[in-house]
Amino acid sequence: MADFWTDAFEKFGVMVVGLAAFAVIVGVLLFFADRAPKKGRDFWQLLAFVAPAMLLLLVGLIYPAIRTTYLAFTDRSGNEFVGLRNFEWMFTQPEIITVLLNTVVWVIVVPLLSTIFGLAYAVFIDKAHGEKILKSLVFLPMAISFVGASIIWRFVYEYREQGFGEQIGILNQIIVWVGGEPQQFLQNSPWNTFFLIVVMVWIQTGFAMVLLSAAIKGVPVEIVEAARLDGANAWQQFRNVTLPGIRGTLVVVITTISIATLKVFDIVRSMTAGQFGTSVVANEMYTQAFRRAEIGQGSVLALTLFIMVLPIVIYNVRVMRQQKEIR
Amino acid sequence: MSSTLRRRVLGPAAAIGALSLVLAGCAADTEEPGAGGAGGDADCAEYEQYGSFDGETVEIFSTIAEVEADNLELSWADFASCTGITIDYVSSQEFETQINVRAQAGDAPELAIIPQPGLLQRLIAEGYVVAAPDSVEANVDEFWSESWKSYGTVDGEFYAAPLMASVKGYVWYSPADFEENGYEVPATWDEMMALTEEMAANGADNAAYRPWCVGFASGDATGWVGTDWVEDAVLRFAGPEAYDQWVAGDLTFASPEITEAIELVGDILLDPAYVNGGFGGAESIVSTTFQDGGFPILEGNCSMHHQASFYEAQWGEDVTVAPDGDIWAFLTPPAAEGDPFAVTGGGEFVAAFSEDEATAAVQTYLSSDLWANNRVALGGVISANQGLDASLASSELAVQSIEILQDPDTIFRFDASDLMPAAVGAGSFWTGMTDWVLGELTTDQMTAFIDGTFPR
Repeated sequence: MADFWTDAFEKFGVMVVGLAAFAVIVGVLLFFADRAPKKGRDFWQLLAFVAPAMLLLLVGLIYPAIRTTYLAFTDRSGNEFVGLRNFEWMFTQPEIITVLLNTVVWVIVVPLLSTIFGLAYAVFIDKAHGEKILKSLVFLPMAISFVGASIIWRFVYEYREQGFGEQIGILNQIIVWVGGEPQQFLQNSPWNTFFLIVVMVWIQTGFAMVLLSAAIKGVPVEIVEAARLDGANAWQQFRNVTLPGIRGTLVVVITTISIATLKVFDIVRSMTAGQFGTSVVANEMYTQAFRRAEIGQGSVLALTLFIMVLPIVIYNVRVMRQQKEIR
Repeated sequence: MSSTLRRRVLGPAAAIGALSLVLAGCAADTEEPGAGGAGGDADCAEYEQYGSFDGETVEIFSTIAEVEADNLELSWADFASCTGITIDYVSSQEFETQINVRAQAGDAPELAIIPQPGLLQRLIAEGYVVAAPDSVEANVDEFWSESWKSYGTVDGEFYAAPLMASVKGYVWYSPADFEENGYEVPATWDEMMALTEEMAANGADNAAYRPWCVGFASGDATGWVGTDWVEDAVLRFAGPEAYDQWVAGDLTFASPEITEAIELVGDILLDPAYVNGGFGGAESIVSTTFQDGGFPILEGNCSMHHQASFYEAQWGEDVTVAPDGDIWAFLTPPAAEGDPFAVTGGGEFVAAFSEDEATAAVQTYLSSDLWANNRVALGGVISANQGLDASLASSELAVQSIEILQDPDTIFRFDASDLMPAAVGAGSFWTGMTDWVLGELTTDQMTAFIDGTFPR
């Protein structure tokens, strides 16, 4: 008991001292920024406010990014320079090519399906009875962690061979009820990748739905009414009024989901651990760098992931900027 | 009004309740070691040789958790109170990655209990591990066989002493099932195959029955069970020299010796008439967890299950593991009768990252016969320490395993996948075996795939 208190005091004491020191340093910095010479005061004040954030970015983002890039050109220990050998490895090993292809499939299918389902749902329940409840139902999976969702879905896909006891997985039980043969959904390549994708779509649809629903409500009522008066049918209204009105949000939704999908790791790791040809770049990066101690090969995959995310981020930023200009 | 009041009172009340629960848990934890068997009134005479270090703290970092960790802490409770060293035990499921990270960051623990020689040798090669003090080496020379010492040695320099051990290659079976059907424990691999055939014929009327039940699934380590099968076959058919060359990468997977061993395993694992009792065909092996793998024996849906000695703990409380009990095990038989007795196994090694004297004292104690006897007496584990009194072990299987490990005629080889570079031993060997039993790779494709990933 006494141990507990001394231990707790030690930890919290350190924390309190740390916070106090931080407050003092910030206070002193701001004090001097305030008292800075008139000439260039703006600059000094700007520096005082921006410097801590820049420093953290430098230590936590820029430096690791540069070091990872460097490591991508080194061997497994990270000490010897090997030129482009890791890139050659990445594009010649059949299982790594599968990894790259899987990632491409993920990043095409997940944003597309999540957005389509989310948008359709948002349009259909718009102004419907019990809209809030209907929305919460689809949004609920968002609240579940990826690992939790993976465990739930692993039960859905559970497999027992016919004649070897009852099915535990609901999907195989349904197949058996309609007279089919149970399937090893998570083991049968290449379809297993799609069964993993289902989990991600299940989670992301709620996200897409909530954002798009809010955007639909933001479409000016006057335009909708004008379209209706002009005799536009439901589809024409949707196509020519709603869709252009929510374009900005649509781009944000698609790009956000794309980036999340590129980084998908938890689902693959907890459902198949990347076996049976289901691995994706993020999972393979972790496996190579940390499990197999192939630092160079892990880094080259990290670099690839970075390069794949880059155009999406750039596009996202550009659209946001255009939107700002319109406003 | 009343609802806000309730919230104001109930919130803190609940918090205090939760806090006191947490505190109660802590209190129970700290009291436990003193109350346990090996703790209590320590006779410090045994520990005098290790010296006295008041106020020194040694951190031990390891994968071992839960009950095993409690027993580990009990095993050095007396040592700690007599020498005055505080042993700070830390365990992590992510040990294999964390030890690399901590060593690289200059934040290494004083001691680490490393379950894979491959990982140990990598840490030594990168210069993080300090050489073992003479007192540890003297203990190891006295109490351990040459091959065990060699796993902790790099370039003639001795670094890490072995700790505990397990014997792999046991075949679990039900003595009652064997007696009822007139089966005999096979003395050679051929007899085992003949027995398999006989069992398959006898069990034909039960659609879910197969002679063998196998489970490969183990999260991101899925497939390691298969590597144990191959290792047993290689050691028995190709011999210990070939085994060592194979581990070192001098003998490829595609070489005739290794391919032959893999094919022998395939005669069982790839034949839908022989696997996978209680679960399905050969392809169900990969979706069956290794923990569940042997249970169909209890239901009569399978007769044999190949798994290491630690599987004893899986059977549960109400299953007796004894030659005349519900479950017992024989060692995977040799290739031919009269072959020398060969087993594969695993174990841990204690590596030091600090040269201070308290660390050396702990390290010396852990490599002694005194520690081995203290720990084994607490039950659940065995050690290959020659100074260990086998009668202290907690079960008949443990006694038998210790005797096998201590027998000077036993040819012991460490689990090959733990010795190989991680890219193979914790990578392509696992995934290769998995794809192979799924039927997605032929034997030749699998061996070519694994050879392609072997860092040379």
